[in-house]
Amino acid sequence: MTQYLDFEKPLAEIEGKAEELRAMARANEEMDVAEEAAALDAKAASLLEDLYKDLTPWRKCQVARHPERPHCKDYIDALFTDYTPLAGDRNFADDHAVMGGLARFDGQPVVVIGHEKGTDTKSRIERNFGMARPEGYRKAIRLMEMAGRFGLPVITLVDTPGAYPGKGAEERGQSEAIARSTEMCLKIGVPLVSVIIGEGGSGGAVAFATANRVAMLEHSVYSVISPEGCASILWKDAEKMREAAEALRLTAQDLHKLGVADRVIVEPKGGAHRDRVAAVTSVGHMIEAMLGELKDMDGDALVADRRKKFLDMGSKGLAA
Amino acid sequence: MNWITNYVRPRINSIFSRREVPENLWHKCDECGSMLFHRELADNLNVCTECDHHMAITPRARFKGLFDGGIFAEIDVPEPTADPLHFRDQKKYPDRMRSAQKSTGEKEAMLVATGEIGRTPIVAAAQDFSFMGGSMGMYVGNAIIAAAEKAVELKRPLVLFSAAGGARMQEGILSLMQMPRTTVAVQMLKEAGLPYIVVLTHPTTGGVTASYAMLGDVHISEPNALICFAGPRVIEQTIREKLPEGFQRAEYLLDHGMLDRVTKRTEMREELITITRMLMNQPPAVKGDLPAPEPEVEEETTAKTTVDEAAKE
Repeated sequence: MTQYLDFEKPLAEIEGKAEELRAMARANEEMDVAEEAAALDAKAASLLEDLYKDLTPWRKCQVARHPERPHCKDYIDALFTDYTPLAGDRNFADDHAVMGGLARFDGQPVVVIGHEKGTDTKSRIERNFGMARPEGYRKAIRLMEMAGRFGLPVITLVDTPGAYPGKGAEERGQSEAIARSTEMCLKIGVPLVSVIIGEGGSGGAVAFATANRVAMLEHSVYSVISPEGCASILWKDAEKMREAAEALRLTAQDLHKLGVADRVIVEPKGGAHRDRVAAVTSVGHMIEAMLGELKDMDGDALVADRRKKFLDMGSKGLAA
Repeated sequence: MNWITNYVRPRINSIFSRREVPENLWHKCDECGSMLFHRELADNLNVCTECDHHMAITPRARFKGLFDGGIFAEIDVPEPTADPLHFRDQKKYPDRMRSAQKSTGEKEAMLVATGEIGRTPIVAAAQDFSFMGGSMGMYVGNAIIAAAEKAVELKRPLVLFSAAGGARMQEGILSLMQMPRTTVAVQMLKEAGLPYIVVLTHPTTGGVTASYAMLGDVHISEPNALICFAGPRVIEQTIREKLPEGFQRAEYLLDHGMLDRVTKRTEMREELITITRMLMNQPPAVKGDLPAPEPEVEEETTAKTTVDEAAKE
């Protein structure tokens, strides 16, 4: 059973009716509802297309946060073989909000790292809703450094509301951990590609997404601050998140125009959660394509490419 | 009626406006409430002479106190695209910029300069909290890159004074991208083997702390400065408990291993001279006030005195 977002309410009604009809038909074999149900399906399909054709930035945030959206773990399970999770920052703890380890992508050994939000109450709490603590970033730093030494490409999957704003996280140097992670991204002489699969929340996302190539799923978002946070600061009213989402230009489409996202990955109709297999497959193709573009570059060229990309960034605004 | 509007009201106004003069000459300490004479306060680098509370200081006033003889040369910072997102909240971003420029007399939130401290040539950059909360946008990013490039070109250490609420929301994702951009600037210094000293001043928070402010060779902070990634209010809302006294203050960070030193502003110059000279393998500096060096370039300027007056307001 799909969980509907508030703006999908009319769709929920139609799909609910079709489902009801079919249930009735199952209970009573003499009823023939095929035609009626098909008509409802068609209506639902066209409504779905209409709803998703031109999603407002705030609705995109909602889709990006959809609980059934494929998460990091889904991508790792489907796209990688021999996945061997590696744990711990060798200092304090293992952060379950960040998963990562060795794996093979299309046979090629790589290091994969990503934020994982969890899928039910228990795993969400264990994963801290994808909000990493310093240990998560330090684990990533350790894995990236190792990838650099062994010449393994690094793939990062970004999906976080932001770094965790907690007491212990601050005491153990959240800022320093993020800064060092960004620094390590810029330093390693191996291909680094990143996909924003859901939410790219501020510094917590940059720490993984300072990559040679950055792709974003069509309905993912990437922003300096959450629309709610921005609204409460600039509008003094957290309820103004729609306006803030609009102003922040956080959609994949705007970020592509600004040169922050290199590629936009088309999602299945109605968002990645409506056809998880298709979404995961498209991401796989994109990772393959992006790694392909980098495969002939040596370590120095990769580092230079990354630096130039970020130094040049922002030289054109939206107008360009 | 005429007599009142033409004679009495101007008299009353003049009495009240005359009272504003002493208010400008005297500054009340935010902490202990002592009334401090403006000249004395400026001579003490905006540190309360009664309770040692460190009040905000503009980059120009700071540089005037930092460099030998108050002499420094400003470095040009490449202009970024103005208002790249056409951002509008309750006000338009360009309007916010204009009012910040008007109230501070500065172009943007960071000042970069070259000069000497204790005859040690350095490049310095200082963030201006009074300019839109010192927020890091593309200009600040460009300023840090320009500072690093200048330091590499002249083979000098970079001393950076941070002060910011974080990234500039009005530049959206492009402000966030200053985190990797400024990190590249720090890497340039490291590769050139040049010291990068960060002086964290009140407040240094958000994306600024999580990039160039935490990547220094040496981290020094002014006393009681708030230094954090997430602000105390956000944390209290998240964990729903009261935070301990002094949480995220300089001394607390020193205890938790995030800073090398907490140093009073009035002693900062001597300390920076000592540290940069050792890291640059130079002999100890001659202590005390040195006469101003000969200007190295034509555009060498002393800090504008008008700015000192503005700092008092």
